[in-house]
Amino acid sequence: MSATDLTRLTAARTAAVIAAGEASALEVTEAHLERIRAVDGDVHAFLHVDTDGARDCARRLDARRSAGEEMGPLAGVPIALKDLIATEGMPTTCGSRILEGWVPPYDATVTRRLREAGLVILGKTNMDEFAMGSSTEHSAFGPTHNPWDLDRIPGGSGGGSAAAVASFEAPLAVGTDTGGSIRQPAAVTGTVGVKPTYGGVSRYGLVALASSLDQAGPCARTVLDAAMLHAVLGGHDPLDSTSIDAPVPAVVEAARAADVRGMRVGVVKQFSGEGYQPGVEQRFREAVSLLEELGATVVEVDCPAFDYAMPAYYLILPSECSSNLARFDGMRYGLRVGDSADASAEGVMARTRDAGFGPEAKRRIMLGTYALSSGYYDAYYGQAQKVRTLIVRDFEAAFEQVDVLVSPTTPTTAFRLGERLEDPLQMYLADLCTIPSNLAGNASMSVPVGLAPEDGLPVGLQVIAPPTADERLYRVGAALESALSDRWGHLLIDEAPELSLNTTEAAL
Amino acid sequence: MPDSASITRDEVAHLARLARLALDDDEIDRFGPQLDVILGAVSRISELDTADVPPTSHALPLTNVTRPDEVRPGLTQSQALAMAPAAEDGRFRVPRILGEEA
Repeated sequence: MSATDLTRLTAARTAAVIAAGEASALEVTEAHLERIRAVDGDVHAFLHVDTDGARDCARRLDARRSAGEEMGPLAGVPIALKDLIATEGMPTTCGSRILEGWVPPYDATVTRRLREAGLVILGKTNMDEFAMGSSTEHSAFGPTHNPWDLDRIPGGSGGGSAAAVASFEAPLAVGTDTGGSIRQPAAVTGTVGVKPTYGGVSRYGLVALASSLDQAGPCARTVLDAAMLHAVLGGHDPLDSTSIDAPVPAVVEAARAADVRGMRVGVVKQFSGEGYQPGVEQRFREAVSLLEELGATVVEVDCPAFDYAMPAYYLILPSECSSNLARFDGMRYGLRVGDSADASAEGVMARTRDAGFGPEAKRRIMLGTYALSSGYYDAYYGQAQKVRTLIVRDFEAAFEQVDVLVSPTTPTTAFRLGERLEDPLQMYLADLCTIPSNLAGNASMSVPVGLAPEDGLPVGLQVIAPPTADERLYRVGAALESALSDRWGHLLIDEAPELSLNTTEAAL
Repeated sequence: MPDSASITRDEVAHLARLARLALDDDEIDRFGPQLDVILGAVSRISELDTADVPPTSHALPLTNVTRPDEVRPGLTQSQALAMAPAAEDGRFRVPRILGEEA
């Protein structure tokens, strides 16, 4: 099998090819490293490629397999990690100058689980600084480009993970989702992204943005691949006090079942109309009709408090973020600026943070500081927490009527790089439909449902399930994927334009 | 809720001091109007009547988690200091903390 063919396989197929001895883990890894060398100059999905570490890991896996060892279902499959996931021996920068070059002394639980399951870590992916943004333009190390159109954003904050998967640089990636940072990039790159139930995947070793909202999850090109990765990532971790102490939902079985017969699907009334691109609404409506054809019952569901999810989120998130980012003080790790004999610790902190944080991080730190100030606390943070309760109640009422909710993942297709950079509110609108799930802790997925007719760019459909019912996402996502692939004769991602290959660049 | 979310230049400078961000004048000028627009948008939450609504601080019910109080290996001194901006005599070297102006 040629190196190009190896990069086009699904993760499930890659694992099978390796298990059958048709290709070694090392050959699969080399094929992806070659692909990264060829296209990542244009895409810039990676902040760090661990060429030697990936090769060593693949060689060890091949040796263990030769010795007859039983391997896990994704053994030998390459994977890319968002750069806020701690990786021993590999930089973890969070897309920020303040952590440039920082190498963690330990692995996140997510990293450890991947290593134990025999996945090959290719490197670390680009992101908006500390996961704040919807375009990766807030990365201190330059934006990632959407493989469907290099002049457009790949979504954010996990644009690097989504673009790596969409450009066939890796079959799998891990992202984190605080307000949509896995799902919105998946939608605009024609890939699958899942935010598990809050607490479904350990947060130990993930650099925190907003601790009550952050959740890690899978990025993949197919629903089954996402499920297989979810099964590796998920499960109880004593090192995270918010980790759910229960078995991972049967996500792989649900993805294989791909059956929505008898399921009740609710269309969220609030997520349509003004601000929604016609082509996005069209593909969404067609996908909902398809679910009906496949045997689901569809009703409209009213969730009035969702109209207030975005304002509540932009008070709760900055409040938590301003506390979490207080740890970056230039004392124990990371950047230090202005350290001279007569400098005070406080002065060094303030100069370090001014030099080390980009504009969006500063805006949100100041917003959070404002919202938590005495005199404003009740009106802003306190009120936002009450609105959060109303959103949870809307979900509870909805899930008495239906098994899952659906909406467009994001109101528009990928916008142009630079288009919203100076207008923070416009940028925030990209997460309008994804935010409620973070506030309530629900499981949610984005699955590709076609290209918008007006611009030929991918559209994602969001599926939302109640907390701990993650398997429902996979039933719906896989049913849609299967029916649409039958219709098209291929996956949506196979329609992505060929990227030009840079064969002259020196080896990384 | 304040009548208007309007935020003054002095307030931006004050927030920056509280948040330990040594913003320059250009940054203060730029962030002020942006924060104003964002605060204006988020202030919409005051429209909702929440008199009888309890707050939610977390997505799922939380219970305190404890573990047996047993000694377990942690980071070694050299691991802990490996990424320090400055270290001396096996410790983090930090700027002076006494005689602060603030």
